[in-house]
Amino acid sequence: MRIIKFLVSLLATAGVIYLFHTRSVLPAPLGKLLSPQEGIWQNAEAVNTSYSDEFRFPQLGGKVDVYLDERLVPHVFAEKENDAYFVQGYLHARFRLWQMEFQTFAAAGRLSEILGARAISYDRHQRRMGMVYGAEQMQKAMEADPMVKAGVDAYSAGVNAYINSVQQAELPVEYKLLGYQPEKWTNFKTALFIKAMTNDLAGFDRDFECTEILEALGEEKFRMLFPEVPDSLSPIIPKGTAFTSSAQPRAMPASADSLYFHRTAASGIDNEFKPDPANGSNNWALSGTRTRSGSPILCNDPHLRLSLPAIWFEMQLHTPAFNAYGVSFPGIPGIVIGFNDHIAFGFTNSGRDVRDYYEITFKDERRREYLFEGSWRPATLRVETIRVKDSADFLDTVAYTLHGPVMYDRARNHEMQPAKAYALRWVAHDEANVMKMWYLLNRAKNYSDYLTAIKYFNVPGQNMIFASKSGDIALWQQASFPLRWKDQGLFLMPGDDSSYLWNGFIPQADNPHILNPAEGFIGSANQRPVDSTYPYFIPGSYDVYRGIILNRRLASMENAGPAEMKALQNDNYNVFAEYARPILLRYVVEAKLDAKEKEYLTMVKNWNLYNNADEKATTCFVNWWDSLQAVVFADDLFSRPRPLIRPDRFVMLEALLRDSAWLFVDDTRTPEKETLYDMVTRALKKASVELKARESDGRLAWGAYKNTTIYHLLRTGAIPFARGGINNGGGTHVLNATTHDHGPSWRMVVHLTKETEAYVVYPGGQSGNPGSRYYDNFIDTWAKGEYYRAWIMKPAENADSRVKWRITFKP
Amino acid sequence: MKSITAALLIALLSFSLGLYLPWWTVAVAGGLVALILNLRPVAAFMAGFMAVFVLWGGLALLRSSSNDHILAKRMAAFILKNDNPWMLILLTALIGGLVTGLGALTGSFLRNWQNATRQRL
Repeated sequence: MRIIKFLVSLLATAGVIYLFHTRSVLPAPLGKLLSPQEGIWQNAEAVNTSYSDEFRFPQLGGKVDVYLDERLVPHVFAEKENDAYFVQGYLHARFRLWQMEFQTFAAAGRLSEILGARAISYDRHQRRMGMVYGAEQMQKAMEADPMVKAGVDAYSAGVNAYINSVQQAELPVEYKLLGYQPEKWTNFKTALFIKAMTNDLAGFDRDFECTEILEALGEEKFRMLFPEVPDSLSPIIPKGTAFTSSAQPRAMPASADSLYFHRTAASGIDNEFKPDPANGSNNWALSGTRTRSGSPILCNDPHLRLSLPAIWFEMQLHTPAFNAYGVSFPGIPGIVIGFNDHIAFGFTNSGRDVRDYYEITFKDERRREYLFEGSWRPATLRVETIRVKDSADFLDTVAYTLHGPVMYDRARNHEMQPAKAYALRWVAHDEANVMKMWYLLNRAKNYSDYLTAIKYFNVPGQNMIFASKSGDIALWQQASFPLRWKDQGLFLMPGDDSSYLWNGFIPQADNPHILNPAEGFIGSANQRPVDSTYPYFIPGSYDVYRGIILNRRLASMENAGPAEMKALQNDNYNVFAEYARPILLRYVVEAKLDAKEKEYLTMVKNWNLYNNADEKATTCFVNWWDSLQAVVFADDLFSRPRPLIRPDRFVMLEALLRDSAWLFVDDTRTPEKETLYDMVTRALKKASVELKARESDGRLAWGAYKNTTIYHLLRTGAIPFARGGINNGGGTHVLNATTHDHGPSWRMVVHLTKETEAYVVYPGGQSGNPGSRYYDNFIDTWAKGEYYRAWIMKPAENADSRVKWRITFKP
Repeated sequence: MKSITAALLIALLSFSLGLYLPWWTVAVAGGLVALILNLRPVAAFMAGFMAVFVLWGGLALLRSSSNDHILAKRMAAFILKNDNPWMLILLTALIGGLVTGLGALTGSFLRNWQNATRQRL
C-alpha cells in the first residue's frame, strides 16, 4: 500500500515536471521559462542596471575603453584598429545576439531548424535563390583581402568572445521561448547578413509576372502599363546632364520576336517571399551655398520594414586610423551610415533590376545536363540539407547552370513540365568584396577616397551620397549593373542561346553620378536616376513622387540649417495627391452620391494635401484612389483565374492626365462603354464602404487608420514584443515614408561644420531585450519627428557627465 | 515548528541547487528534506509548496519590480493573454510551489514506505 502511494506520488511529480519542462502538452515549457533562476525573469533587467564592466581577452592587441551614454550608445576608443572591431562584435552580441543570429539563419535558409516544418518552403526559396552560394563567394573575396580579413576576423572573434562567456540564464529571451542555443559566429555569417540586405534591396523582380502580362495582353498593352520613363520624372541627375557611353550591349537577338516577345511563362510560379518593393530611402546633400553656416549638410533616412529589435545599432568607433559615428548592422563590422571627422555618407536604394531568369531545358528529369548552344552541358548539382526541428532533414537538390542556380523546376513546383526549369542570373552571386567599401568609407578623408571606396561595391545598387568638410557634395549610383539590350530582362529569356546573356556590366565610370552641381544640392529618393537621354537600358522598380517633392523642396532651400532638414525628413506633403486629386474632383458625379459619400468628397476637396496623423481626408483620398485602380483594372488584370499584377501607381495617373478616355477605363465585361466619370464615381462608392466602417469604429483619421506598428522580428508570433498604435503621419510617395509597418528606419542630419553637428534617431532602442527599458525608448521621439543630438565624444571627455557607464577591455 | 524548519531548508536547498542545476531540482530539494526530516505527507506537501511558492514568487517579484514590470507585462501577454504582471508572478509561484510540494510528498511517502519495510524486518 505504502509503496503504491510512493509510486503514485513519484509519477505525479515526474508528470508535472514533464508538463512544465517540455512543449509536449503545453505550448511552452512554463517551469523552465518561469524559473526565476534560469527563465525569463533573468531577462527582466533592472531599470537602473549598471552596464559597467571590465574584461580581459587575449585576442586584443591593446586597451579598449567603451563609454556608454544615457541612450546606451557606445563610444569605443581603441588603441589598435582591429580591436575596435573586436569590441564592436562583442557589443553587438551583448545587446543584439538573437537578432543577428536569427537574421543570418533566415538568410541561409535555416529557419526550419528553429521554427520547424512550416519554414521549409521559405528555406528552400533562400537556398534555391543562391543566398548561401552568394555568401560563399563574398567570403572568398573578403578573406582574400588581408586588411578586410583582419577586421572581419576581429569582429567574429568579438562576437564569439561574448557567446563563449554568456551564461545560460543570460541568453536573450527569444532563445528561451523558442528553445534553442546560439552557435559560433563566423565570417561567413557576416557575408550572409550582407546577402540578406542585398536581397531586401535588390531581390525584387517581376519577370514572371511581366511575361504573363505580355502573354495575356500583348506587347502594346504591356508597354502602356509598364512605360520606361515616367512623364513627371524628376531624376537624381538633373535633366540636360551629358552622359558618357563607353560600352555597347549585345545586339538584340534576331530571334527575339519569336523567342522573347512572344514567350509563355510557366503558370503557377508565385514568389511569396518577395522583398517589399517599398524598401527605399531618401538622401540629400546641400552645398555650403545653400546653408546658413556655409558648410555642407548631408541627410539620410533609409526606409525599411520596421522591426524590434531595430535593424540598426548606433555607435562611435574611435581608433588611431579613423573616428566614425553612425549606425551599424549587428552582424557586420564598421559604421554603415554615418560620418567621420572629414566626410559624411549615406545610401538610398537604386531600385535597379540586377536579376533575370533563363528558361532551362534539361535532358531529362535528373537535371544533370542542360541545353546550351546546341549541346548538352553538365549542371553542377548542389544538395541542400535543410535540418528541421522535431522532424527529419529535408534534402533539396539544386542544379547550378552557367546562368546560376535553378530556382524553379518540377521538384520545387509540381505544375511544371519535367524537363523545364528557370535559372536565376543575379549579380549577388558574383564574387565581390563589398565589405571593403565600408572599411574604406569609415577612413575616407575626401572625395577621391570616397570614389576609391565605392568601386568595391557590386550590389545592391545604391545612390551613395557624399559630403565633405572641404565643401564637396557628390552622389554616385553604384553597383555592377548589367549591360543589356533594350527590353532585355523584362521577361523570361531562353537559356540555351548565348545571345541572351548580359554583355557584362555597364562600365563603372558611366554609372550616373554628380559632383558639386551648380544647383547646390543633390537628392535621391528611389526615382529613376536619369532621364531618357541616358545611353543604357536600366529597368527597375522606381518611385516617382518622393523625387519630385524632394527636388522641389531642395531647390527652394536658402540659408538652411539642421532644423529645416529635420522638417524635410518629416514632411508629410503628398505630392502624388497633388497630381491625382484634380482627376477625382473633376470626374466625380456628385448627383449620384449619397450624403455620406458627399461628405467624404468634401473632405478630399478641402484637404491641405498633407498626410498628417489627424487628417481624415488622407484616408478618404487613399482609399478612393486605390478603389479607382481596382475598378479600372478589374477587367483586364484582376478578374482572371490567376490575377495579373497591377502596374506602378504613376502609370494610371499619368495616363489619365494625358487622356481621360484611356483604353483601360472601359470595363470590357459590360456591353455599355464606361467613362472616367462612371469609374471615378464608382470608385468613391466602393471606397465609402471601407470609409464608413472605419468611421464607425473611430479610425478615419489617418494616424489611427494607418496604425503604425513596429513588429518584433517574429512578426505575429510575438505581438507582445511589438509596439502598435503609434499615431504619426506619413505614407507612400511622401518624404516621411511611414506606412503601417514600414518607413524611416534611421533619420540622420549631419552638418559638416568644423565641429560636426549631427542629429539622429531610429524607431527602436539600443537593447534587443524586450525586458530592457532601452528596447524601444527611441520610438516616441521618432514618432514625434524629434531627434537626439549625437555626441561625438572626444578622448579627453572620458570624465564627462554624459558618460553613464564604462566598459574596459584589456588584453 | 518542524514544518517551518523544513520549509526554510527546502527553500535554501532549492535556491542553491538552482544556481547550478535545472529548475526542476526544486522537487529534489523538497523530496530530500521531507525524507530526512521524516515529515508526514500533508505537512511535507505544505512545506514544499510554501517554501518554493515564496522563494519563486519572491525572486520573481524582486526582479520584476526592479524592472518596473516591463518584461512581466510583455510575458504575461504571451502566456496569460493579458498584461497583468502580478498574475505572471503568481503563476510562477504556483508552478514552483506545486512541483516542490509534490517532490516533498514523494519524499515523505518514500520515508513511510522505508519505515514500514524496516518495521517488518
